[in-house]
Amino acid sequence: MKYVDEFRDPKQAKKILKEIDKLCSEIKLKEDRPIQIMEVCGGHTHSIFRYGLNQLLPKKLEFVHGPGCPVCVLPRSVVDNCIRIAEHDDVIFTTFGDAMRVPGSTNSLLDVKAEGGDIRMVYSPLDALTIAQKNPDKRVVFFGLGFETTMPSTALSIMQAKKQGVDNFYLFCNHITIIPTIKAVLDSPGMRIDGFLGPGHVSLIIGTQPYNFIADDYHKPLVAAGFEPLDILQSVWMILKQLKNGEAIIENQYSRLVHEKGNESALSPIQEVFELREFFEWRGLGSINHSGIKVNDKYRAFDAEVEFKLKEVTVTDPDVCQCGEVLKGVLKPWQCKVFGKECTPEKPLGALMVSTEGACSAQYSYGQNIDLINKKNNE
Amino acid sequence: MNKKYKGKKITMAHGSGGKASSDLITDIFVNTFNNEYLAIMEDQARFDMPTGRLALTTDSFVVSPLFFNGGNIGKLAITGTVNDLAMSGAKPLYLTCGLILEEGLPIETLDKIIKSMQKTAEEAGVKVVCGDTKVVEKGSADQIFINTAGVGVIAEGVEIHSSSACVGDKIIVNGYIGDHGATIMQSRAELAITADIDSDCQVLNHLVQKMLSVSDNIHSLRDATRGGVATVLNEIAADSKVCISVREDSLPIRVPTRGVCEILGLDPLYLANEGTLVCVVKAADADKVLEAMKKTKEGKNACIIGEVIDGPEGVVALNTLFGGNKIIDKLIGDQLPRIC
Amino acid sequence: MCLGIPAQIKEIIDNDNQIAMVDLSGVSREVNIACVLDNTHQAQDLIDKWVLVHVGFALSVVDEEEAHKTLKILDEIGELSATMEDLEQGSR
Repeated sequence: MKYVDEFRDPKQAKKILKEIDKLCSEIKLKEDRPIQIMEVCGGHTHSIFRYGLNQLLPKKLEFVHGPGCPVCVLPRSVVDNCIRIAEHDDVIFTTFGDAMRVPGSTNSLLDVKAEGGDIRMVYSPLDALTIAQKNPDKRVVFFGLGFETTMPSTALSIMQAKKQGVDNFYLFCNHITIIPTIKAVLDSPGMRIDGFLGPGHVSLIIGTQPYNFIADDYHKPLVAAGFEPLDILQSVWMILKQLKNGEAIIENQYSRLVHEKGNESALSPIQEVFELREFFEWRGLGSINHSGIKVNDKYRAFDAEVEFKLKEVTVTDPDVCQCGEVLKGVLKPWQCKVFGKECTPEKPLGALMVSTEGACSAQYSYGQNIDLINKKNNE
Repeated sequence: MNKKYKGKKITMAHGSGGKASSDLITDIFVNTFNNEYLAIMEDQARFDMPTGRLALTTDSFVVSPLFFNGGNIGKLAITGTVNDLAMSGAKPLYLTCGLILEEGLPIETLDKIIKSMQKTAEEAGVKVVCGDTKVVEKGSADQIFINTAGVGVIAEGVEIHSSSACVGDKIIVNGYIGDHGATIMQSRAELAITADIDSDCQVLNHLVQKMLSVSDNIHSLRDATRGGVATVLNEIAADSKVCISVREDSLPIRVPTRGVCEILGLDPLYLANEGTLVCVVKAADADKVLEAMKKTKEGKNACIIGEVIDGPEGVVALNTLFGGNKIIDKLIGDQLPRIC
Repeated sequence: MCLGIPAQIKEIIDNDNQIAMVDLSGVSREVNIACVLDNTHQAQDLIDKWVLVHVGFALSVVDEEEAHKTLKILDEIGELSATMEDLEQGSR
């Protein structure tokens, strides 16, 4: 596959890993701990585990899995509202796959589907719009989530609905913005991140300029990274080079798709349809100002929150949940008191155990046995 | 098909046991399946069994869409049942066919499915010897559901078990993996993708007999259906209390199947197959079993994908392209559409 | 959610609604190309171009020159130290 296979070459990967190893031995941190690089985006977490990259890094270097998994950070109250919408007889509720398993206060969308709710998995918001056009007697709701990567597609689908006069299509908007997210991580006490792998596809939309504050104000390097293994390894190498030279700048590894100023044709539908919310609640991180968006006045007729008279309710995670600290890189998954005991992928208590991109879920599924197998391989 | 059924649909009368029922049974089922056991039309089929241990299996088929590239629900019903028997080393002999038909199903559709079942049965060398037909109101079933049972005989001395894998054994598959799951995905209109892939739907009993003729050391055989190769490997690892290692660069995956997986974010190891087996064989016999497989239609793309290693019990690991290891866990949840 | 994947634009299906057909290793799908249209890229200019596809939308055109540059840098990473290693081993 073009523009994919070339960036998955194992021989190249070995070479870069050697260089990464060298750089690690040349970097001395003030504290006695491994170098910590945070990947913000869930897509990077997925790639890292898919290719086993975390096992190939030298011991002196660790990935910290950040809060960039939009499914993981969905608050219970949002899931409860999804269920409230889906329970109407005349509603077809459409969503991306992973969101169906996230537990709300009592159950998940998958449970509601089993009880007869018309809940359908879609690949694209345009598919949801097609369902609306084919079912004029139903109200079809699309659950919009994700960072800036998915905002243009949601916005364009709403604009298309308006253009085509579709009056039974609604958006339950739970899109979140990346910059306040990264800032919340940078501002949290006990934060020990030395550099950031910037979210590649978010950067495609917003460009790399919005990250300047990370270098200017917090003196941390960030490299906008692609998703193939060589993209990730090259980006790690670039961060390490900066650390070795005492630099902190914003770099762009994913230059085949990301431009400094972003993509205007993708930004303008976002500006056309959405506006910032004052605050938005995140599972595990609490409330972050201006981190969410909602439908603006011009497109209010498509807003599910208005149509279904939804109230903003806060439902806190159980006290035992330490998702927040894990998300911010302060704790490792296995250091959480309930990891693997009360909280497992089958019965998740918190955000990070829910999605396959979640740090705890990945650690639980892969962690221990991998060490045993790698040990056997090296004997 | 008898001209009288052209343009006609299944009605409640076809399931009532009266004339419409018996005409349908004679015209569509008995006529097509065409064997001496079914023709007698008693309440049961009576037959002698050769000596040996019996193997018995049952399966239900609810796939949507009914027709897909490379197969249909009928073909699937026969291959699924035959293959389940074949995985024990049994020679499959007789099948049953229970149908639940939705009121309104075009009879032409039913006829096509039954004809396909008979064609596949002939390929496998089995007979459909008894059946049952029920009709339910519109909306109570999705067009047609098929239930089968199958019986076969295992020759003396043939012992193939999911719990028999040993450290050092090699793992062989007979061909490309994930094609059936990918075909069903691209048949689902709501995903709106088209791809040039066919289901791998095929009977495997002849292939298995060829394999058994060259080796007495085949320890386990499994048909990698729902949940894919990954699920079967997990079951063998758990039942045999062993650790299995599979090499990512050995996995045979067709280019368009890979494309479907990349677009939809799926892992081909978990996609369903309907004509793919996983064989665990003593290392010393692996090459000759592989050679025998490659001489057959069903096994021409056979290859070794991994081995049973000394490691944590019940664990399946993928040795990635980059040299790291990744656990291939059991599937949690099921977001795939009905596939068999 | 599904990751983005590069695919090649083969045909413009619907100019008004900005829909094109893309191909990825023999798999075809319709995608919306609104995000890759601008003053410099009209619909017809996009035929045979590679785009990043995500949830049914083309989000950006692959800059082929930049892709080659990145691959070249990847090639060069480690070349200098590998050469040094070879020289050291050779001189032992």
